[in-house]
Amino acid sequence: MSKSLSHVFLPVFGGTAFVLAAAVAFANRNYGQSQIETLETRIEQVEANAAAARENAQAEANRAAELELKVEEIQAAAAERVASGANLTAPAPSHDGIYGLGRPALEEEVAAWDVDVLPDGRGLPAGSGDVWTGEEVFADRCASCHGEFAEGVDNWPVLAGGFDTLADEDPVKTVGSYWPHLSTAWDYISRSMPFGEAGTLTADETYAIVAYILYSNDLVDDDFELNNENFADFEMYNMDGFVVDVRPETEYTEWRKEPCMENCKAEATVTMRSVFLVETPPEGGSNSVMNDANPDELPVFTADGPSFIPTAAPKPEEEAAATPAVQEAAEVDETAELVSAGEKVFKKCKACHQVGEGAKHSTGPTLNGVIGANAGSVEGFKYSNAMKDAAEAGLIWTAEEMAAFLAKPKEYMKGTRMSFAGLKKPDDIEAVIVYLKSFGN
Amino acid sequence: MDDAFKPSRRAFLKGSAAVAAGSVAGAAAADTPDPLITELQDWASYTGAGVDETPYGMPISFESHVVRRNVEWLTASPISSINFTPIHALDGTITPQGCAFERHHSGAIELRKEDYRLMINGLVDRPLVFTYDDIERFPRENHVYFCECAANTGMEWAGAQLNGVQFTHGMIHNMEYTGVPLRTLLQEAGADISPDKWVYVEGADASSNGRSIPMEKALDDVLVAFKANGEALRMEHGYPVRLVVPGWEGNMWVKWLRRIEVVDMAVESREETSKYTDVYADGTAQKWTWVMDAKSVITSPSPQMPIKHGPGPLVISGLAWSGHGQITRVDVSKDGGITWETARLGKQGDSKALTRFYLDTNWDGAPMLLQARAIDETGYVQPTKDQLREKRGENSVYHNNCIQTWYVSAEGIAENVEVS
Repeated sequence: MSKSLSHVFLPVFGGTAFVLAAAVAFANRNYGQSQIETLETRIEQVEANAAAARENAQAEANRAAELELKVEEIQAAAAERVASGANLTAPAPSHDGIYGLGRPALEEEVAAWDVDVLPDGRGLPAGSGDVWTGEEVFADRCASCHGEFAEGVDNWPVLAGGFDTLADEDPVKTVGSYWPHLSTAWDYISRSMPFGEAGTLTADETYAIVAYILYSNDLVDDDFELNNENFADFEMYNMDGFVVDVRPETEYTEWRKEPCMENCKAEATVTMRSVFLVETPPEGGSNSVMNDANPDELPVFTADGPSFIPTAAPKPEEEAAATPAVQEAAEVDETAELVSAGEKVFKKCKACHQVGEGAKHSTGPTLNGVIGANAGSVEGFKYSNAMKDAAEAGLIWTAEEMAAFLAKPKEYMKGTRMSFAGLKKPDDIEAVIVYLKSFGN
Repeated sequence: MDDAFKPSRRAFLKGSAAVAAGSVAGAAAADTPDPLITELQDWASYTGAGVDETPYGMPISFESHVVRRNVEWLTASPISSINFTPIHALDGTITPQGCAFERHHSGAIELRKEDYRLMINGLVDRPLVFTYDDIERFPRENHVYFCECAANTGMEWAGAQLNGVQFTHGMIHNMEYTGVPLRTLLQEAGADISPDKWVYVEGADASSNGRSIPMEKALDDVLVAFKANGEALRMEHGYPVRLVVPGWEGNMWVKWLRRIEVVDMAVESREETSKYTDVYADGTAQKWTWVMDAKSVITSPSPQMPIKHGPGPLVISGLAWSGHGQITRVDVSKDGGITWETARLGKQGDSKALTRFYLDTNWDGAPMLLQARAIDETGYVQPTKDQLREKRGENSVYHNNCIQTWYVSAEGIAENVEVS
């Protein structure tokens, strides 16, 4: 663009130079008069500049004063706290001037990140897109979630329709029916859509998609083209539908009052019970289950208490949660569960035995591959005579032998150095053997 | 106490110890010695875990149910979704980071400190770029604040929905933040801080989640935070830097904060027009409804925390908070709002932070309709559902700070209900 402009302006510049030369020649003939006029103009300019500078300085000073006042307020509040007791807390100190931290942002950097678009259209890049192009781009990039006609798939947002539903029980809030500014759509689509591929749309594609969304809302005809020139003129359907937070007037004035403490109403009746009971399974998440209980089953309360005590209690949450857990347990790999249980049992063995990668002999030998191995066969460990004898007799640590050993070590093998009382629970023994097996047979 | 309410025996026969029946708890009498006491226990004999077994500690396995949980059908994808803090199982006020609720619009991103940049631009004398290390060189402050999603309790506009305080009120957490006041950074850049200006903030994730904050708030108590509860922010809470906007809706607490722009008008981004606005009964919408009004809820007993011990001493406990400042009082009702008693505060509440309350009571074993009502330093009294609906209708999604009711049965089972 700038290149073609310079071609246009070059000949014009030649003409301007000629006019300037003529003006200088004329000025030479009336030197005194023209000098006075020039000086007067200069004075006017200087005065105007000075006024502008004063105004800027004043604005700057006002801003600084405001900030200073704010900081002073905060610090005064802190000082008051300190004075009121042994409290040395204070807000982070303000600095006289700046800290000089950070570095200047480069223009290219600001351009890369500062892409927001304001309601009046400021921030829009040059470009355009029409409804028909938009339909194609939308089908390709947006329709898998938002539907071919912007009607929304599954729980993904519906973008079209819903006009005149805002006062209904379930208002349908779409770009067409609800959004007050078109800039919001452009800004959001350009920056954050498509979901999972944000920032990949070109400006023209974004104009086209926005044009198509307006079309799918019946807000424009099929020959409509949206561009940076006509953008700000577009008025949204619900542009006047928003007011700024009215709670301070409608609610705070009424609800900042000492509340009732006794006999505040004649009775309290349950009008609705929880729609969903929520199960909380051990693996996480939640399951919602419809609650078929009826409010009539519950008593009415008065100042004297409940009208009756129901016999049919609601289903306990804990039991509800436990049911799926049990089912779940049956489904998971039993071995994996035993290994995990065995790992816990093994904590009792850990003071003397190591197992797994990098295991070393300690008070007792390492146990990698112990199940199924010959007794007393781990190299580099000094066994008791009892263990050596058993090894010579051909003892193999089958699961059964190991179980018997672990139940009562001293009884099973008189003279073993293993100073362990034994595992009382058969389940623990089974689990720890499966755990040991997981480190090789 | 009313004689009509004889408690069931079932609740008292627990374990090997039988508790004397009666509406007043007596000393427990044991028929047989407790083997947990008389027999040598494994843990009293064998050695336990060594140091360094878990370099970063996790809760003990017995507490593995105390986790954040989502409700799958609420949203289209877990990438743009919400889960809930297990507030029923917590006490005190600080929320551990690992179970503090998450809300993402494009998923939680992994952003290294080395790759972190914070830009401040717009109506400033000096557009600047900060690294993470730069941020740590500004004077910093510590504050405890609650962060509540505007949609917390949102489903309840349509009446009692999900049975569990985790799901009705769990879009909240409360942490001690360490951060630099936003005003310090605005000053550093020479920002135009006149009251009609706005500060637009956005995140580094794909959603960017941009929000406009009026200058007055930006200069007041907003923090650019990098630590929570003493340690680095968790990925899901915006590591390495997030914005903290005390008392205001959680959506404004932009995570992975990457840019601060001073502008002369609100940007009216998607998150402040199409979402986080409140449609009233007549179809008009409220915008810029930033403040989270005073609210409280009983966390125990509650549907996930039934009373297991039968009549006698009962601790009714819960949380209260207000975006307008300190909680000064919490009242509790056991009869659905006919009679109220003032609860005890765990400790004097911090401004815009969770306050714990307790009502130490003697339960007679009769059913209850439990309610809590918060009052803040402005004198604002938490409204009933009916009061809120009268003002706003039922079409809203956000800012439901109504009084919550739990029906507690004679068996101690609690259920989410709505009362007249």
